[in-house]
Amino acid sequence: MIEVRDLGVSRGAVPVLEAVGFCLAAGEALVLRGPNGIGKTTLLRTLAGLQPPLRGEIIGDREQIAYAAHADGLKLTLSVEENLWFWARVFGSEDIAPVLSAFNLVGLRTRPAGSLSAGQKRRLSLARLMVTGRRIWILDEPTVSLDTASVQLFASAVVAHLSAGGAAIMATHIDLGIDGRLLDLAPFKARLPALDFDDGGFL
Amino acid sequence: MSIWEYANPKKFLRTTERILPPLWLVSGVLILGGLIWGFFFTPDDYRQGSTVKIIYLHVPAALMAINAWFMMLVASLIWVIRRHHVSALAAKAAAPVGVVMTLIALITGAIWGQPMWGTWWAWDPRLTSFLVLFLFYLGYIALWEAIDNPDTAADLTSILCLVGSVFAVLSRYAVNFWNQGLHQGASLSLDKQENVADVFAYPLYACMAGFILFFLVLVLYRTGTEIRLRRMKALLARERMSDA
Amino acid sequence: MRDLRLAFRAGGGFGLGLAFFLIVTVMVPFSVGPNSATLATIAPGVLWLGALLACLLSLDRLLALDWEDGSLDLLATAPLPLEGVLSIKALAHWLTTGLPLVLAAPVLGVLLNLPAGGYLWITLSLLIGTPALSVIGCFGAALTVGLKRGGLLMSLLVMPLYVPTLIFGAEVARRGAQGMAVETPLLMLGGITLGSIALLPFASAAVLRVNLR
Repeated sequence: MIEVRDLGVSRGAVPVLEAVGFCLAAGEALVLRGPNGIGKTTLLRTLAGLQPPLRGEIIGDREQIAYAAHADGLKLTLSVEENLWFWARVFGSEDIAPVLSAFNLVGLRTRPAGSLSAGQKRRLSLARLMVTGRRIWILDEPTVSLDTASVQLFASAVVAHLSAGGAAIMATHIDLGIDGRLLDLAPFKARLPALDFDDGGFL
Repeated sequence: MSIWEYANPKKFLRTTERILPPLWLVSGVLILGGLIWGFFFTPDDYRQGSTVKIIYLHVPAALMAINAWFMMLVASLIWVIRRHHVSALAAKAAAPVGVVMTLIALITGAIWGQPMWGTWWAWDPRLTSFLVLFLFYLGYIALWEAIDNPDTAADLTSILCLVGSVFAVLSRYAVNFWNQGLHQGASLSLDKQENVADVFAYPLYACMAGFILFFLVLVLYRTGTEIRLRRMKALLARERMSDA
Repeated sequence: MRDLRLAFRAGGGFGLGLAFFLIVTVMVPFSVGPNSATLATIAPGVLWLGALLACLLSLDRLLALDWEDGSLDLLATAPLPLEGVLSIKALAHWLTTGLPLVLAAPVLGVLLNLPAGGYLWITLSLLIGTPALSVIGCFGAALTVGLKRGGLLMSLLVMPLYVPTLIFGAEVARRGAQGMAVETPLLMLGGITLGSIALLPFASAAVLRVNLR
């Protein structure tokens, strides 16, 4: 579904990862691991198309990617339902009812998002992924501030998504109990390029 | 042999190091020569007396104020289209020079205007559009300063320069129109070129040529500095990477 | 695409811009004195400047809120083109800020002793000109989104871009108030607005993409 070849990414004009390569088929999940600052978020943002890769290529349908960042992206003055409807309309989906029940948000549907707890907001923002109707989920630390039950809820949503032929790439430190391949990013840490003053760049 | 070879920072530095000293010299001789010739060896104007001699600073500075922006526009376009770092840095290097030129033109204009028109400042189209140009320069420089990532800054300032140019031209038309409409304006804007006689013109040409070269020298010099700064930053980043 | 409702409900800037417009207009007689003739002369210009400042004031909330809560990233990966998103945002900004200003201007004109002939033209010129202010402001907001002290910098960047709109807009209002022909500045104002609406969203989207990466 998505294939990455020899990808190099940079954060703030400094290369952080290089020669990253993997291939993800439908129904598979990829879990990124690595210490803080290794470039997990940068890699995910590059995959989502928010920043251009330094080199290498990403083969796959960009239109099938849904991205969920650290930040929840919720409008606090709108209700839970309105928040979801907004994204549903943006992505052209028709129904939000199954998503509300999958993330146990039915009871909260008319509450303004601003009155939710951090975990509830997180659930809402993950529910947003489902209304996009896209097949590849890119998740950046999805389980932050979720309680055990909500993590289970989230894990089962991912499993359901995978078994429906979707795929997921996530950066997380928690074992979700999802069968996914692990990809440790530490070996891909960008090495120092050789000093070359003639290459047209500045190094 | 293509001009794009000079987009390589190293090649650029090597070439400018060679041509800068003679350029310094020629521009210095032209400006000094032009100014001395103009100040001491031309007759006083029959109407304006000796105040006319400020023209040798005013006109070249005004010329370069506009051309510096134009050069930034071209450099920005080159960056947007071909992404040569040297081009972006040259645009960055030209901005402070341009803003100083604009300031010189405005100040010498005020000094000239006081005895001639009886006022330091009038909202004449020419004056107003220079003031607007000055504001554009300030915004452009401020944006460069505000952004840490040099490539991001180059992208944003280039687009600002392109959009700004369109609006600067619009402003120029707007203020032109404005003065024709309501004020008697024309009495103030005495066309400089028209009543410049040959005796005044030759030293003026010398000064203009000198200012053009001087601008070139400053921009090349400052671009070289920017390149070295970037290189230093890159080396520091390397060091951080090898420490980590 | 219901960014509008979002802007309505999320933006407290709705009344704020109007209140600012009112305050600026009220402060003017305090500073120049209550002479009716003086006020009548400067009324069109003051109304235009007040509207422009009120517009500027509400701009830094245009994208900054979406930037902070992360929805800007999500919008950028959505199937909508970013140009469209920004056009809608500018439209929302105009409806919540520009349009109320247009409607309030004649009322405030009374306070400034605006000549009778001027009411139509101040309203019309603001109606035509304020969309340009919103679109240009959207470009400025996209340029400075995510920067520290972005609001101040944005004012510095946007103000020079506002110059032609302000000149032509205020010119229409002033000439209208004095009973002179207004066609030329009106056409120029319309041209600037249409040109900005047509072209600037592309520039805004380009700088926003750069800022997001």
